[in-house]
Amino acid sequence: MTPRILGTETEFGVAVKDAAAQDPVSNAILLVNSVDAVPSRNTLWDYENENPLVDARGFEVEGEKERPAPDYNRLLNKLLGNGGRLYVDGAHPEYSTPECASVRDVVRYEKAGERILEACRVGAERTAGEHRFVIYKNNTDGKGNSYGYHENYLVSRSVPFMRLVTQLIPFFVTRQIYAGAGKVGAENRANPAQYQISQRADFVEVLVDLNTMVKRPIINTRDEPHADKTKYRRFHVIVGDANMSEVTTYLKLGVTALVVSMIEAGYPVKELKLADAVHAIKDVSRDLSLKQPIAMEDGRQWTAVQIQEYYLETAHRYCAERGADPETRDILARWERVLDLLARDPSQLSREIDWVIKRDLLQSYIDRKGCKWTDSRIAMMDLQYHDLRPEKGLFSALEKGGYVDRLLDPEAVDEAMVAPPSDTRAYFRGRCLEKFPDQIYAASWASILFDVGQAVVKRIPLNEPARGTKELVGGLLDESDTVESLVSRLSA
Amino acid sequence: MSQDKKRDLKKVGRRDDAAATPNPEVLEKGKKIKENIDKLLDEIDEVLEENAEEFVKNYVQKGGE
Repeated sequence: MTPRILGTETEFGVAVKDAAAQDPVSNAILLVNSVDAVPSRNTLWDYENENPLVDARGFEVEGEKERPAPDYNRLLNKLLGNGGRLYVDGAHPEYSTPECASVRDVVRYEKAGERILEACRVGAERTAGEHRFVIYKNNTDGKGNSYGYHENYLVSRSVPFMRLVTQLIPFFVTRQIYAGAGKVGAENRANPAQYQISQRADFVEVLVDLNTMVKRPIINTRDEPHADKTKYRRFHVIVGDANMSEVTTYLKLGVTALVVSMIEAGYPVKELKLADAVHAIKDVSRDLSLKQPIAMEDGRQWTAVQIQEYYLETAHRYCAERGADPETRDILARWERVLDLLARDPSQLSREIDWVIKRDLLQSYIDRKGCKWTDSRIAMMDLQYHDLRPEKGLFSALEKGGYVDRLLDPEAVDEAMVAPPSDTRAYFRGRCLEKFPDQIYAASWASILFDVGQAVVKRIPLNEPARGTKELVGGLLDESDTVESLVSRLSA
Repeated sequence: MSQDKKRDLKKVGRRDDAAATPNPEVLEKGKKIKENIDKLLDEIDEVLEENAEEFVKNYVQKGGE
């Protein structure tokens, strides 16, 4: 099995403790411009290849493409030395990991992103005043406004998009049982709930669509590969929650990458069709016992765990026949164990799975204080679980106290704030930004534009996400003392 | 053989005894975990945002994605 290229994008919520400074766009701009670890403040984001209006079902919708003028472009976009991107999206600060070639690396770069946002907060408060901002890695304000967490999996263009759609819907409806971040209450006119598994389920309104902001779908059809479009798709998943737990994040991304791989390779799960997936995703989110059956189109009744087990069985067969790397085998084993525990007693996952960790914490507090689930302190804890400040965040407190399992070495996460992964094109991007900060005119996922002092900038396409690695270009970068010499060697 | 069996039975017997009167070490560990959780819950009251009701009410995020 060849490694799959993948990455995540996280939009963060921002609370502002100053009634006079509530403009979210200004605050997001202040935050992304307050981090020191940016190689160059002049480099532009290259929007040339971007078109989020193309639909994978084969058409383009009308709308205005984003093309900010240079000065505004610089304010909105920070290209990071780790190969990722820090930017303002709508009214939120957002962080994209660099392209990664292993699941563990995506988790590492996603956690590094939390620390980069925390550095933004500290930096912004130096100029704007202390205790002004709180940044949350969650997906809802609890009042019907959601902000996203998007996963990206590079797949072959030869896979018919509708195959991914039909075979993945039951997977995404039920994946939340080990990927949900937990939420107190319900919103967006969904049925009431005291506590539910997923942050995002209440916002899912349709099966398939290009939209991400309204009428949110289970499967998003954005067809913007950020790579050679004749060879690749970027499968863009918007249905999931942002997680705090490293273990949950690893399982969520690892299992999804594996399932996408097996469907890509033609291992079908075609027997599964849900009667009403949009309703089912909300019902699953409300079933904390994980015992409620879900109606299938043919009249059968399966639980969420049984549906996941069906995918697991297919994955076992796929891995046995095609072989699997050590990381995939690890993910397969964890997935099996977690499904087994979820079927018997979900509370045993209170060190590993976000929605269980959070529920246990809130329940202990309720038992101790004798308060209700509707108490405002419980709503506060639900939010503060996702607070990125190490001294205030409740997940952070659980981590420091040794109550939750970790996956990563904290020093490796620190390193990922500045150094790119070595095994994707992010290596080339990150190293170029670090080595020639003043001569990178612009860059994007699929391009880098060098200012070599001539009338026209030199554009180098990066259409192959698995190239530009340390192995392929490390020597070239080490040997090139000037950008002119690098560009001439690249063109040679 | 019979010796082994006896030993096995003894072992089983011991396990039953252990269940009836918990190992002081296990008890101590359980007590410690409980104390730790209590300690964490105490700390939560200290770190929780003041005026939780007001704070949560004011947290409104528009313009996502």
